[in-house]
Amino acid sequence: MIKVLVLLIAVLLIAAIIWWFFGRHQEKAVAADVSADSQDQKVKVEVNGGYSPSTIVLKKGVPAELDFYRKDPSSCLERVVFPDMGINEKLPQNQLHQIKVDTSKAGEYEFACGMNMFHGKVIVK
Amino acid sequence: MMSIKKRFWLALMLALPMLYDMLAMFFNWPMIPNGDWVALILTTLIMLISGRAFVQSAWAAFLHHHANMDTLVAVGTMTAYLYSIYALLHHQGVFFESAAYIIVFVLLGQYLEDKMRTQASQSTTRLLQLQVKNATLIKDGQTKEVPIEDVKIGDRLLVRPGEKIATDGKVVAGHSTVNESMITGESMPIEKQAGDAVIGGTLNQTGMLEYIAEKVGKDTMLAQIVEIVKHAQSSHAPIQKLADRIADIFVPVVLMIAIAVFAVWYVFLDAELAKALTFAVSTIVIACPCALGIATPTALMVGTGRAAKLGILIKNGEVLETASHIKNVAFDKTGTITLGQPVVTDVIGEQEQALTLAAGLESLSEHPLAGAIVKKAQDQKLTLPTVTDFKNLTGQGVTGIINGQTVFVGKPDLASQPIAKTLQVKMNQLQSDGKTVAAIGQAGKVIGLIAIQDVPKPSAKAAIEKLKQQGYHTVMITGDNEQAAQAIAKQVGIDEVIASVMPGDKAQRVKNLQNQGVTAFVGDGINDAPALATADVGIAMGSGTDVAIETGGIVLIKNSLKDVVRALSIAKKTFARIKLNLFWALIYNLIGIPIAAGVFAHWGIELSPALAGLAMAFSSASVVASSLLLNVAKIDE
Repeated sequence: MIKVLVLLIAVLLIAAIIWWFFGRHQEKAVAADVSADSQDQKVKVEVNGGYSPSTIVLKKGVPAELDFYRKDPSSCLERVVFPDMGINEKLPQNQLHQIKVDTSKAGEYEFACGMNMFHGKVIVK
Repeated sequence: MMSIKKRFWLALMLALPMLYDMLAMFFNWPMIPNGDWVALILTTLIMLISGRAFVQSAWAAFLHHHANMDTLVAVGTMTAYLYSIYALLHHQGVFFESAAYIIVFVLLGQYLEDKMRTQASQSTTRLLQLQVKNATLIKDGQTKEVPIEDVKIGDRLLVRPGEKIATDGKVVAGHSTVNESMITGESMPIEKQAGDAVIGGTLNQTGMLEYIAEKVGKDTMLAQIVEIVKHAQSSHAPIQKLADRIADIFVPVVLMIAIAVFAVWYVFLDAELAKALTFAVSTIVIACPCALGIATPTALMVGTGRAAKLGILIKNGEVLETASHIKNVAFDKTGTITLGQPVVTDVIGEQEQALTLAAGLESLSEHPLAGAIVKKAQDQKLTLPTVTDFKNLTGQGVTGIINGQTVFVGKPDLASQPIAKTLQVKMNQLQSDGKTVAAIGQAGKVIGLIAIQDVPKPSAKAAIEKLKQQGYHTVMITGDNEQAAQAIAKQVGIDEVIASVMPGDKAQRVKNLQNQGVTAFVGDGINDAPALATADVGIAMGSGTDVAIETGGIVLIKNSLKDVVRALSIAKKTFARIKLNLFWALIYNLIGIPIAAGVFAHWGIELSPALAGLAMAFSSASVVASSLLLNVAKIDE
């Protein structure tokens, strides 16, 4: 009897994992705060088990700054890499770390942690 | 938060008594009294001090529907830990030490990995350190130290022996030797005097130099190199895509496998609860997505970094991957295979007289070939005569009066008498070698011939031979006529010559070559831009500070063709290393997971969770170590 129960729980757990990790869980894109004079735009990105927000919308042509704040102690999220922009920087834990992003060209630019496990993207438009 | 190093040492200290207990059981030494309770206390401390971070980030990731390495470590250790508490209360066998040792080993692996990754990325740090902080400005006859940011284009700067040159510029006074190896990879010091270009960040050695700043800030060669290397090191290689896709789903899949492993052992194979759990925990712990994730980036970092040290800039991972598949290497001729500066190769007739007259006339001409003749005369320390009545006859040559006699350099028919038979034969012979031949005439008679040719670079022959040895098909594409092209091709031993190509058609010729295989085009970047862009890999050769950064996928800072061989060799080696790393990371998981799951338990092959943790820690550390080995791999040249 107990074995049937264990089997049932195992199957349920597997189903739960599939639903939780592979199901569709959309996150909303966040647009940057553009300063009043359109001189710059800023977004704060919290790094804790991922990037929140993970999709950032920036206005084209306005110098942008992403303020990464890493709470996560894991070395997995220690670096942030923007492969298209040649940015590969270490994020100090529990400190704001500013990264300037080139917004001269519209497009989607992915970023990821140093091991390419966590992803985010910047949309310039 | 404590550093990884501290967390590791603390965990190790706390875990040592449990290690003693394990050994004591094996060797019949006195055991620690109340061992299980001691283990509970020590493991609890380890979990709290060293292991908490894993659980924290695993939880944070879980809330984002993510799972990573920390998830595996957290789930693995928590399972072992919580089960052991349950078992302790029910007086059954415990395995606290598994949780403790998993944490010790994983931290050890991360610590080693972190250290090696810092080493792998040191090439950009090294380049950044070349940047000079201050410059000595000369103003109104006075010298003044100023921060480098204040230096403007046109400023006159001074550099003393033993100091670094502050920024890119041109020498106006002084004489010295400069060590440029840190930028160009050229190991020999280079002599500098007025008119020569200097590169910011290079080391002035013997004398003082005054120079005018020509480029500052992000336009300097050093800044551009840093930019390229940074880009290259954060770029991706296409081969990585599969690994990334696997890494994305890896952790949840492993969790599901572990649950299945537990269920199969416990429900179907009637294993004890503890045994079934051990297999599940081992499975979770041995799985390592990190090794997959870092297989490509670390190799790319070391490979492109090593190349940069040699003055070879590989723009990104994609270029590197393509470069490792190249079949054809096509070269531009002028300036790439040859020096791009014609030199006098033969003087026929009375040497000194002929050359003196020719150089005297040509010193007034602006024809591109005139410089070669004047230079030859200067090299032989001839005194040039005074010329009056100088005339430039377009398409024919130049004439003038020297010592009261009419003199000319150009076509033989400028003479009133026909050219001597022996000279005519000689002329035909020189022309068939692809040389440009001019007649020298005096008083209506041809008295000598002068042959001019663009000669191959000293490095060309050896480099092309090496490329051929390695199985590349070498091609020369040039606008020159067939004869001149063949002459050069013969000298350097190139396989195929495509001559008389209009500048605009070079790209089309490259396209034709691409039908026969992956093609690289080597050019000097400025007029070859379309061909460089068309080729699968464009290799731009920059001379001095004029690095053709934009055009090529690979930029060679030095003007030596040997670097083409080096660049392709580094690309091949790095790509091979990436493949090896990926293979190792995949195979490791493919073999490790079934062993940990107890598939081979029937034959006595099992892995305890602690050993699984050790194996995992070393899988990612070994991938980084393998990438670092690229630093000492042999590079062909």
